[in-house]
Amino acid sequence: MRINTDVFTYISMTGRFVISLIREAGAVFVFFYKAFVHIFSFPLQISKIVNQIYFIGVKSVVIVGLTGTFTGMVLGLQGYYSLVKFGAEGTLGAVVALSIIRELGPVLAAIMVVGRAGSAIAAEIGIMRISEQIDALETMDIDPIRFLVSPKLAAAMLSMPLLTALFDVMGILGGYLTGSVLLGVSSGIFFSRMESNVMLCDVTGGFYKAFVFGIILTVISCYKGFYVHKSSDGFGAKGVSTATTSAVVLSSVFILVVDYVLTSFLI
Amino acid sequence: MLAPLIEFVDIYKGFDNNEVLKGVTFNIYPGEITSIIGKSGIGKSVLLKHIIGLMIPDGGDILFQGKSIKKMKKAEISKIKNKISYMFQSTALFDSMTVIENISLPLVEKSKIPKNKIKQKVRERMNQLDLYGIDDKYPAQLSGGMKKRVALARALVTDPEIILFDEPTTGLDPIRRNSVHSMISDYQTRLGFTGVLVSHEIPDVFYISQRIIMLDSGKIIFQGSYKEILKSEDEQILDFITGSQKKPDGMTGLVGHSIGNKRIHEEKKRLDRHGIPFSLIMFTVKNFDEINSNFGYTAGQTALKHISVQVEKYLRINDCSCRNSKDSVLLILAHTNIKEAKKVFSKLVKIFSESGVKNILPDYGFCLQMSGKVIEINSGMIIDEIIEGGVGWENMDSQFNLC
Repeated sequence: MRINTDVFTYISMTGRFVISLIREAGAVFVFFYKAFVHIFSFPLQISKIVNQIYFIGVKSVVIVGLTGTFTGMVLGLQGYYSLVKFGAEGTLGAVVALSIIRELGPVLAAIMVVGRAGSAIAAEIGIMRISEQIDALETMDIDPIRFLVSPKLAAAMLSMPLLTALFDVMGILGGYLTGSVLLGVSSGIFFSRMESNVMLCDVTGGFYKAFVFGIILTVISCYKGFYVHKSSDGFGAKGVSTATTSAVVLSSVFILVVDYVLTSFLI
Repeated sequence: MLAPLIEFVDIYKGFDNNEVLKGVTFNIYPGEITSIIGKSGIGKSVLLKHIIGLMIPDGGDILFQGKSIKKMKKAEISKIKNKISYMFQSTALFDSMTVIENISLPLVEKSKIPKNKIKQKVRERMNQLDLYGIDDKYPAQLSGGMKKRVALARALVTDPEIILFDEPTTGLDPIRRNSVHSMISDYQTRLGFTGVLVSHEIPDVFYISQRIIMLDSGKIIFQGSYKEILKSEDEQILDFITGSQKKPDGMTGLVGHSIGNKRIHEEKKRLDRHGIPFSLIMFTVKNFDEINSNFGYTAGQTALKHISVQVEKYLRINDCSCRNSKDSVLLILAHTNIKEAKKVFSKLVKIFSESGVKNILPDYGFCLQMSGKVIEINSGMIIDEIIEGGVGWENMDSQFNLC
């Protein structure tokens, strides 16, 4: 029967896709597990972690700060003209702070770091793979996951909450600049409403998210680069460029999806 | 006979639908240099990568000191890996690290040697490989030849028991190529490591290898000493070897042994059929290794080149000279009996003595210790025995020195 054959083909294709998806997810998890465990294996790779904090964290300060400032300014602007319709412009400080601390801070800081450091990580590891540098590590009996991935993972887990804090501060200052300095909302009201509405759990919730996003962006970027040779999307330089692009896209999408899941638990 | 260090037993390996290794079986013995030769893209590097575990065979087994790698625990495999160094064809240097960081990496990561000792050891290896003034350079700032030497320094820095060389001289000029070969041979003699070398450089690798393995169409078609491969009558092997040796070596200006061998057999046929005599002269640089260790790894080659240049000036159009071994040059004198050959020999010795070694070695009062032999070939003689065993040669002046 023709219809039966088509149905079976469709089912088997779906099955194959689901199996490959589960397999891939399992491989990513094992990759993360190995990298995470090796952060604590002796001798500790302190200097490598510090170097990576400089690369992932310190070098992202300007871009995260700028993004935070302008996000806060836009929020201040949009928030003011929306709230003023209801005569509630006094709550602008709380609106800006809560939006940034709970959602925009961790998400936008993470996406900025994905664009700046995640792409670089995927490209660096991908090039190391295609030029046999990772094979060279294996021949020296140096675990490439421990050597290359663990310091990046540790650095991202430490840097992301700090970058989020920076984003939060700059965003609030941006909102203040627009709301109070440019549009005339009283500074006292702006900060007192913010203080009374923002709870500690909002801040820590944002940091938890940032911590998880740090893991997501590092693991996906490193994984894509590390297994660039197994990708069917191209070999050599083309393979690296595809891996870099998919690392950025996948990390960004996962950050947004996981953000929703975490928010639903934290709220 | 020594027990094999590594045994490949019926190894199969394929990529997609392309089966590269089809039941490969061979042994690697300790303390020897084994060269794997064969055409490009035939799977030589694939074979090498199986030894270090970068590739896993689809079928068959690899034994290390008689024990199957499949049955080994992770710690045991790790222990073996620590005994092995691998020099990649592409060098595989870490491009974001400086030269000194690249060379010291295996020691920094895997040993408990104090930092100052690591530095000392790295410096020692760099000096041995003429790597000066590039400590803080990155691989991208180096020439291809220099990268190869940095990779070699990295492979040697851990004093490994086994070193796998994947085309260590590809892309090098003749001087560096010979230098690298001499260095591998010298280090192997001094440190006694087991070397496995994948190379196209025929006959150069024959002079430094105790064992040759030839791979073709996914199978081993020869394994044995280089003397045995030269005796092989298999057309496939002969074509490959003679084809590789037709071109004179850029460093010494001499063609390979098998070209000379072929020529001797042609002359022998003329002798047997038409009674046309021919003679052989062999010059050996007796202190070849000593020259290399005193004046660098190219000095021995320069000495052979000096001999070949002088000889070429004197040889007739029908005569032929070739490199017979690492340290000797063989002259095939067509239509020449022993009386005439002795005259040629004396004349050549005179020319050598007049030219001295001023253009070869720095003036430190060092002499080339030469020996020379002459023979006229007779119909009943077995050529291989003469060349290999020195049977029937007349020592003309076995110890003449060039100073």
